[in-house]
Amino acid sequence: MTTTMIAGHEIEINDDGFMLNPDQWNPEIANELAVEAGIAPLTDRHWEVIDFCRRDNAEKGTPPGVRRITKNTDVSMKEMYTLFPKGPGILAARVSGLTKPKGCI
Amino acid sequence: MKKMLILGAGTAGTMMSAKMRRALPADEWQITIVDQDDRHIYQPGLLFIPFDVYRARDVVKPRSRYIPPGVRFIVSPIDVIEPDDSRVRLGDGTLLHYDLLVIATGSRIVPEETEGMTDTGWQTSTFDFYTPEGAVALRNALDDFDGGRLVLNVVEMPIKCPIAPLEFVFLADWFLTVNGTRDRTEIIYATPLDGAFTKPRASEILGHMLEEKNIGLEPLFSTGSVDGEKQVIRSWDDREIGYDLLVTIPTHMGSETIENSDMGDELGFIPTHPNTLQSKGWENVFVLGDATDLPSSKAGSVAHFQGEVLENNLLRIIDGRELTEEFDGHANCFIETGFGKAALIDFNYDVEPLPGRFPVPGIGPLRLLQESEMNHWGKMAFRWIYWNMLLKGAEIPGIQSRMSMDGKWS
Repeated sequence: MTTTMIAGHEIEINDDGFMLNPDQWNPEIANELAVEAGIAPLTDRHWEVIDFCRRDNAEKGTPPGVRRITKNTDVSMKEMYTLFPKGPGILAARVSGLTKPKGCI
Repeated sequence: MKKMLILGAGTAGTMMSAKMRRALPADEWQITIVDQDDRHIYQPGLLFIPFDVYRARDVVKPRSRYIPPGVRFIVSPIDVIEPDDSRVRLGDGTLLHYDLLVIATGSRIVPEETEGMTDTGWQTSTFDFYTPEGAVALRNALDDFDGGRLVLNVVEMPIKCPIAPLEFVFLADWFLTVNGTRDRTEIIYATPLDGAFTKPRASEILGHMLEEKNIGLEPLFSTGSVDGEKQVIRSWDDREIGYDLLVTIPTHMGSETIENSDMGDELGFIPTHPNTLQSKGWENVFVLGDATDLPSSKAGSVAHFQGEVLENNLLRIIDGRELTEEFDGHANCFIETGFGKAALIDFNYDVEPLPGRFPVPGIGPLRLLQESEMNHWGKMAFRWIYWNMLLKGAEIPGIQSRMSMDGKWS
């Protein structure tokens, strides 16, 4: 675990660059994480996903996978890959200030 | 008379019925197990059918033969679970009431979830090997295969036995070499993961094996559709891979019963406490094996390790005692690597697969994360252990339900 400055806040992150404490997150931080990930600026569609991820994580204790996101928002799988390219579940979790979704192995 | 009901007579359910029949007095507890058919499949054996190592008859036996005396076995579709009323409705309307329910309904492939997969080419140029029928059809196709591009794609996670797709490409490399067609065959492994496997050390070592065997890796490839006319798979972000022979690992989902009962997540897997195996929704409902939503492997070894914890917790809840949180996500999997060799991995929720020796620290005889002939014979011997020990709920000498760090090189 290390700490880093994001948008003027001191933030705890793990080795993969995921935030460890979702309570330290705020929308400014999301914007800066989006710049880092190369998906800025965040649109309303991004925010719909981020809001769901935050809400679902608070309820369930784990970040939602991409299938869960598409089932519970009106964002399609195709659009997820446009909004959060390559690994949409992982990237959406990162920008939402959540841990990496646990890949089942 | 109290009633324990077990749904699913696969690896997990059968094993659990044997454990609980031994543990519970026959004059106090009636144990019933239900499955939709009487066909028990040794699932680790399916991998070998396409390569003619096993025949279908080697992996399928009657479930009834492995249900212990004193356990009632009902063959019937399960219509719906009504957990608020502690009862289950069977296909013919029969109601089964229970005091304790164990759900072991497993997971299944659902190729229809992917656009185009079951249209043109299904079982002529596109095959699965997660069903006996698919594995046999693929065997025939490989027999006729005369070179070209063989693509294996994992559609999405989670899947059963997450190492099986890698084993398939390793064995295909061996099989085609022996049959003289490897030099005119390109093998590609397409996965939604960012490497050969999910965990860093294993991913690096297995990725290296792919390179050595000249197998192409296409990471971060999430299959959106299959075009059987053009023989192309397309990812959600519009990348395409052409194929002559497609071996696909389709989307996995829990049993339809779970969906009908509204007890599952978006894939029909049941929210389960990761350490006690109690369902999150109902105190008298427990879940094991592939049916859980846990981030542990969907594999027989996991069901085996869970079984010990679950037996303990079922006895505890009967006695009104607190549940133990003993399950640590332990999995132990052989990886066939071709040419008579295999590797072995041993890991849990927190500790990734590491190199070392197993089960006796420093000695083995099995090697972790390294290829050896002994590992291969271990995998082959496992079929006997499965039918004769594991399904009977017996302890397997030297193998503990909790993972041990002894003998691992970190």
